[in-house]
Amino acid sequence: MSQIIQDSRAVSMLECMMLIRAYEEKITALQAAAGGAGTCTSVGQEASAVGVVRALSTDDRILTNHRSAGHLLARGADPGRLFAEVMGRSTGYCKGKSGSLHISAKELGVLLTSTIVGGELSLATGVALSMSMLKQPGIVACFFGDGAACEGIFHESLNLASVWKLPILYVCENNQWQAYVHRKETMIGDHVSAWAKNYGMESRTVDGNDVEAVHAATREAIARIHETGKPYLLETYTYRLRGHFEPDDQAYVAADELAQWRERDPIAQMQQKLIARGEISPSDIAQMEARVAKTIAQAAEFALNSPFPAASELTTDVYA
Amino acid sequence: MSQITVNEAITQALAEEMRRDPRVLMFGEGVATKRQDLLAEFGGQRVRNTPLAEGIIAGTAAGAAATGLRPVVDLLFAPFLCFAMDEIVNSAGKLRYISGGQFAFPMVVIAMTGSGWTVGAQHNHNLEAWFVHSPGLKVVMPSNAADFKGLLKSAIRDDNPVLFFVDMALGHVPGEVQDDEQLVPLGRAAIAREGKDVTIISYAKMVNTCLEAAEQLAEQGISAEVIDLRSLKPLDEEAILRSARKTGRVLIVHEASRMCGVGAEVSAIITEHAFDALKAPIIRLTGPDAPAPSSYMLEQAFMPQPDAVVVSVAKLMGPIALRGHAREAVNA
Repeated sequence: MSQIIQDSRAVSMLECMMLIRAYEEKITALQAAAGGAGTCTSVGQEASAVGVVRALSTDDRILTNHRSAGHLLARGADPGRLFAEVMGRSTGYCKGKSGSLHISAKELGVLLTSTIVGGELSLATGVALSMSMLKQPGIVACFFGDGAACEGIFHESLNLASVWKLPILYVCENNQWQAYVHRKETMIGDHVSAWAKNYGMESRTVDGNDVEAVHAATREAIARIHETGKPYLLETYTYRLRGHFEPDDQAYVAADELAQWRERDPIAQMQQKLIARGEISPSDIAQMEARVAKTIAQAAEFALNSPFPAASELTTDVYA
Repeated sequence: MSQITVNEAITQALAEEMRRDPRVLMFGEGVATKRQDLLAEFGGQRVRNTPLAEGIIAGTAAGAAATGLRPVVDLLFAPFLCFAMDEIVNSAGKLRYISGGQFAFPMVVIAMTGSGWTVGAQHNHNLEAWFVHSPGLKVVMPSNAADFKGLLKSAIRDDNPVLFFVDMALGHVPGEVQDDEQLVPLGRAAIAREGKDVTIISYAKMVNTCLEAAEQLAEQGISAEVIDLRSLKPLDEEAILRSARKTGRVLIVHEASRMCGVGAEVSAIITEHAFDALKAPIIRLTGPDAPAPSSYMLEQAFMPQPDAVVVSVAKLMGPIALRGHAREAVNA
């Protein structure tokens, strides 16, 4: 059983980001080699996932979406069981019934993933209502993107959460892309955080490619939720470096924009920062890379050796 | 035994279940305003008004159900369910399966349906078949006060999402209800009237229409058995087949339009499993493929009426001696 990791040290957060990147690269490589279900990766958004999730306590609950691998791995999910899930094996977190798009892991507090964009926003209020009425400690962290923020359910969710004073940390990962459409085509203004004001909600935009900044902002946001008893919207401003749904040649992406954001790769930035601060050396990074590569190789091996579900599983778990 | 209306039966069921289980709560548009008794007894935490936003109401219910509460939501009129389809069908109906059984969704969605109040098509649409067709959901549509009470209590205790349709015209209809607790299990049909010549299968307020027709048929010497499905999913296939085999003649009556309606399923089940017992082709009597009109006269025409039931039964029975206007109607 994997453990929930809450290690806030910069070095640990860096290694977790590297693990997420390696996981995503491996799953896309496996797909390219052997076919199988596509995935929506979170490459480029690792700082957002790790910075937020590492600030959560074990009491807190997470609702995520189709781009969830980073959130799950940051929470301590076993990459082997994640690979297995994506590859439709019975050892996956959801017995192979989810695929990559809606993985949840109740044991880790990662609940109710929705791949209908915005679906998680409608469920979050209910989870927070349960926690509040059943007097459970903790908050709900709900991850969504700028695409979901342009939907009605975003506004319905923020409004109700404010009216009912629900302990929700809304995390908008503004990755500039709404499936195959650039945010600038479909959204007024640059920032979703500004919209929270009309719902009487505190909010903030943070550099989503700086894991330490995200982490600090999340800790502050959670403290405010506990202080005020009200929801909070945190926008992590970041970029989706790979396509919407693998395989994706990104032919629709402006080359100069992509190049600019690659320059700001959250992992490379963090490595340089920690070397400059003298906290790690290039050889430490090489060691971390080796560790991560070994973990991912073993995880992929586990998944590839795992059985597919029996056909009889087709109609199990439909009804309680 | 007390005589209470369907609306009172619903309120009693809600109050009794909220009293029994502190995890049961209710919210929706005007719920706390309209259900003052519940608000007074259980307080504003457990009886809540919401914005007029069905998506977030249903989604909140699904999220709450998956994490320890047992919400009942009132979405008012069935057509408003269109705004809540994602949360009900894609989330509550599917996330148990998708998650490999990690979550359950013990929630009830109440909505009013059916003609009789001249509210027109955007407030009157019998769309129960949409939900019957969706995996992971259960669908209930009772016809009388006792069943409303007993089925709502069962629905609240069920660990799955249940759509609970209240036929608008039934709200003020009184009926006998036992004073002690009478749970009615989901998935079991009732024989509303025993008979031997013909089976009439129906649900919701059309059951009363069929019972009225059965009275007329009895005067003609035809013994009609009326089956009240009560619960559309799970569907009581055994009760359907038992009666079909007993009489060999089946009429299915519902107000929802015919194509891909619940009647099509019932007809197919009988054809698949009891074809050898049939003495005549199955007939369906349904509402038209048209939005529900508001005009009182058109609305009456929209709903199958007792006379039409009698005519359909006469067709099933073949060239038999009917008296009076029933015969004229058949010949017309």
